[in-house]
Amino acid sequence: MIRLPTNHSFPDRLLKLFSWFCGLLLLFFFIYLFLDIARQGLSQITFNFLTTDPMNAGRAGGIAPMLVSTLLLLTLCLLVSLPIGIASAIYLAEYTDETQWFARIIQTNLNVLASVPSIVMGLFGYAFFVVALGLGFSILAGALTLACMVLPLLIRNIEDSLRNIPDEYRINATALGLSRYRTIFQILLPMAARGILLAVILSIGRAMAETAALLYTSGYVSRMPESILDSGRSLSVHIFDLSMNVPGGEQNAYASAFTLIVLLLMINITTLSLSRKIQKGAFSEH
Amino acid sequence: MSISTTHSHLKAVPENYKSPPGIDKLSAYINIENLSLSYGKQTVFEPLSLPIYQNHINALIGPSGCGKSSLLNTIVRLTDYQNNANVKGQIHVNSENVLDDSTDLISLRQNIGMIFQKPMPFPMSIRKNFELPLKEHGVKNKDELEYKIEAALKDVGLWDEVSNRLHQSATQLSGGQQQRLCIARILALQPKALLMDEPCSALDPIATKVIEELILNLKGKYTILIVTHNLSQAKRVADYVAFMWYHQGHGKLIEHNYADVIFNNPSNPITTAYVQGLTE
Repeated sequence: MIRLPTNHSFPDRLLKLFSWFCGLLLLFFFIYLFLDIARQGLSQITFNFLTTDPMNAGRAGGIAPMLVSTLLLLTLCLLVSLPIGIASAIYLAEYTDETQWFARIIQTNLNVLASVPSIVMGLFGYAFFVVALGLGFSILAGALTLACMVLPLLIRNIEDSLRNIPDEYRINATALGLSRYRTIFQILLPMAARGILLAVILSIGRAMAETAALLYTSGYVSRMPESILDSGRSLSVHIFDLSMNVPGGEQNAYASAFTLIVLLLMINITTLSLSRKIQKGAFSEH
Repeated sequence: MSISTTHSHLKAVPENYKSPPGIDKLSAYINIENLSLSYGKQTVFEPLSLPIYQNHINALIGPSGCGKSSLLNTIVRLTDYQNNANVKGQIHVNSENVLDDSTDLISLRQNIGMIFQKPMPFPMSIRKNFELPLKEHGVKNKDELEYKIEAALKDVGLWDEVSNRLHQSATQLSGGQQQRLCIARILALQPKALLMDEPCSALDPIATKVIEELILNLKGKYTILIVTHNLSQAKRVADYVAFMWYHQGHGKLIEHNYADVIFNNPSNPITTAYVQGLTE
């Protein structure tokens, strides 16, 4: 990208000032939020806090079951949504084009699904996974509901990164006699890898922040889940419960929030550095 | 271009052009018969018949939009993937019509390779650029792969430049090197014919010269059909030249003959005007 030329006319200066201001404002919010949570939560965070069960409705004790439940929810959610997401994106980007009515219907559906409020998604998850499929209040039911929520996000982002690959690569591959299978799996998907990872980051963020949909589906039992068919409380539900229903739970709510943010940052940084490596390495062998 | 407005030339557009009988006696590797292409109602080129002579360099010249590139795409059936492309006629290769439904497209494209205007190596290592198509066409043995990659890179004179960095990304090569890589990638599949769609138009004059020399080196071993806008290039490399013209909204084959006949003594006044555009 090139840098546009600047001069010192009034609109130019105003625009510069305004965009700097907005950038700083954004930074300020994030830093304020992070520092506030860190100030009130950091002192609670000890090895014990991370590895013991909560006591006295969460006012004391740790968050070990919530950490386990959160990571289980996240892993199961991605295990289910990623393959479906990639396959659907391949279908939309490589097997259809925008002029086909069927593809258009799917895309409209995805746009609507992406904007369904999570509380509605939770009701659906409750009716379908918890009751109709008989999964009960369980990590599995929660993870499947989360998967439904992140799928539109995953599919649209992966589809976009596939569509952004210039058609010349497809034509070249076809002219070399490469099969569609090989072209998709060995050329197009590796080229879209960075976009796929970014879509995964967005999905992880959405899934980890989710509270409403999980109240109905994975429940809020605060003990260590025994299996994925057991109920489990995610960190976000824990934060919600401590701050709304448990007088005197604020300190631990802050500590849990701090843990959640650090967890999210760690996952994001790992994924981003992975995607950078992929881009830099450009699939060379060493 | 002034000739497109000179109406007297339009009378010279032949109804259904046939190559002069003299050059028909040579054996054609690709025989195009009454081939036409249209998208919906829009005709790209009118029915044309054109032999592509075996192991010679056949050039296709003419103004933009007259359907030269589309003609190449039709030969390797890339038109299959374009919405409402309508291909009529026959293209015989080894006495089989490639337009038949039964044609094995993978072996057709192994047999007839295509080089594009803009070199597009896949954004992966040089070696992987060869391995993908070779594996698709059944070469699995590691030694055989290595041997074929080396032979193909030597054929295009790229081996000395890249032999110690086969593991590096092909996109780091210069434009001319990338184009030679793309040619080598095709040669590794041991094709019989090469279709080249303005292979030098994205390259600087030095890289162009290297590619031209390469094309001349390949003559005698491969049947080559090259589309070019560069008339002096066609003069330098081609044995036979077909001239297409843009007439009433669609392409038409005007004349086909030995290169020096087309350039020095064409029979059609449109051809005369077009090839003289070079010196005008």
